[in-house]
Amino acid sequence: MDAFLQHLTVFVLACFVGYQVVWKVTPALHTPLMSVTNAISGIILVGAMLSIETSPTSLVSILAAVAIFVAAINVAGGFLVTQRMLSMFRKK
Amino acid sequence: MVNLAYLVAAVCFILSLGGLSAPSSARRGNLFGIVGMAIALIATLPNTRALGPFVPAIIAGGTIGALLAQRVAMTAMPELVAILHSFVGLAAVLVGLTGYLHAPTGTLDTLRVIHLAECFLGVIIGSLTFTGSVVAFGKLKELIGSKPLVFPFRHGVNAFLALLTLACLAWFIATQAALPLYLATVIFGLLGVLLVMGIGGADMPVVVSMLNSYSGWAASATGFLLGNDLLIIVGALVGSSGAILSYIMCKAMNRSFVSVILGGFGAVASGPDDRAEVFSQKGVNRCGAEDVAEMLKASKNVVVVPGYGMAVAQAQHTVRELTELLQKGGVNVRFAIHPVAGRLPGHMNVLLAEANIPYDIVLEMDEINGDFVETDVVLVLGANDIVNPDALENPKSQLAGMPVLEVWKAQAVVAVKRSLKPGFAGIDNPLYYRDNTMMLFGDARKMVEAIVGAVKGTVSH
Repeated sequence: MDAFLQHLTVFVLACFVGYQVVWKVTPALHTPLMSVTNAISGIILVGAMLSIETSPTSLVSILAAVAIFVAAINVAGGFLVTQRMLSMFRKK
Repeated sequence: MVNLAYLVAAVCFILSLGGLSAPSSARRGNLFGIVGMAIALIATLPNTRALGPFVPAIIAGGTIGALLAQRVAMTAMPELVAILHSFVGLAAVLVGLTGYLHAPTGTLDTLRVIHLAECFLGVIIGSLTFTGSVVAFGKLKELIGSKPLVFPFRHGVNAFLALLTLACLAWFIATQAALPLYLATVIFGLLGVLLVMGIGGADMPVVVSMLNSYSGWAASATGFLLGNDLLIIVGALVGSSGAILSYIMCKAMNRSFVSVILGGFGAVASGPDDRAEVFSQKGVNRCGAEDVAEMLKASKNVVVVPGYGMAVAQAQHTVRELTELLQKGGVNVRFAIHPVAGRLPGHMNVLLAEANIPYDIVLEMDEINGDFVETDVVLVLGANDIVNPDALENPKSQLAGMPVLEVWKAQAVVAVKRSLKPGFAGIDNPLYYRDNTMMLFGDARKMVEAIVGAVKGTVSH
């Protein structure tokens, strides 16, 4: 129960941090904001890595590998497309 | 040690979002994100029990992601964002299932109940995000019609499915059997389909933002399941980001979030406008490209209002050419962006940036609305509802109360449009019948090309 409350504390505080930071994002960059959040939500890859079992061919390991595969698309695709978009924003 | 690395990674991710507060710091922000991700992955490697499934999966996924990022057209960004949301959803379902399958039974104490509930929550949120995003992708790509799917007892069916899921949760915790977990996954997947199918094309920016938010909550739920603070933090950041974007989009359309979610908007055609007769008698002022060129050259201040129609016609590069020509002639040219001008929050800014239009002459609605009084000519390109004066002047209009660009306050308005057909929401626009409005009928790109030609023709001698 203590562990749960500790995680809940982290969660609630992180929501407040997110609220503060995201309101400061300029509207001109809302599309890059979406693509970069696409990329960082690929952090679920970490969860999939930790789920792999010692036997690489067990059902759990295979499901985890599929999760790693799709999350990796997010990480690579999200960061690279954000970079591509941001490099287009130039001043006169 | 791992936790310390996770802390550094979490700080990097916060900095990556913080960087987006200005275009000048944004690229550095993205680098922070990449560094954070690298730290998190490297720190997790020693705790990965087998590398066999990991290496090929990450290489294959990474390659596909890189190719997607390289090839996607900027007009297709909404589709890419939607499909990436679906991947987070799918990953959350899979990781949630592994969380259960790894240890399917246990003594049913408080800890176990919490664990099972977290598992269940992660899987169902992931499932809804996954199917909802796939449908959103289909709608954006026009594989599925953009009209909202409305069927009798729609809300009743949705409520019944939600109740059924609650029953599954109770069954799952009581028996710890896999069946209710699978059932709930399917039910929430179906709910995701129905939810997004019920929302009209005009509301897509809200839907994509909402799914952005859900993908974050799904990651957070997975973090709770695994007891991993990094996942919880990132999920919360992404979840609040999507929620704020949804709020901004709803506000820009003067719609409540609940009414968007309940869907059906755009399904009912508005009744015939009782001013239609007055309008048709009055008629519009037509003009040609040469007239527009003359007006623009004689102006001091020009504001361009781009809508999605401009992007569809691929006119943004020609618009840049026109902008540069006018700037050489000493005209102050600026762009006015309505928050829902594209199909994604901030979409129009990216499209203009791609066409090499400098971001310091691209202004947000609130920044420029006060300046229209001192503007000589406003050029409206493929925009309709976002410049409709009815929003402020006609309380009976469907748009009443929606914040709009008050272009009619300028000396003259030139609207480039294919025909007088109403826009996405099917609402008449009295702007076109005003005395200071001129209509230039035709394809946005061809018309801007004609204007550019006319400006050049008279400038050169």
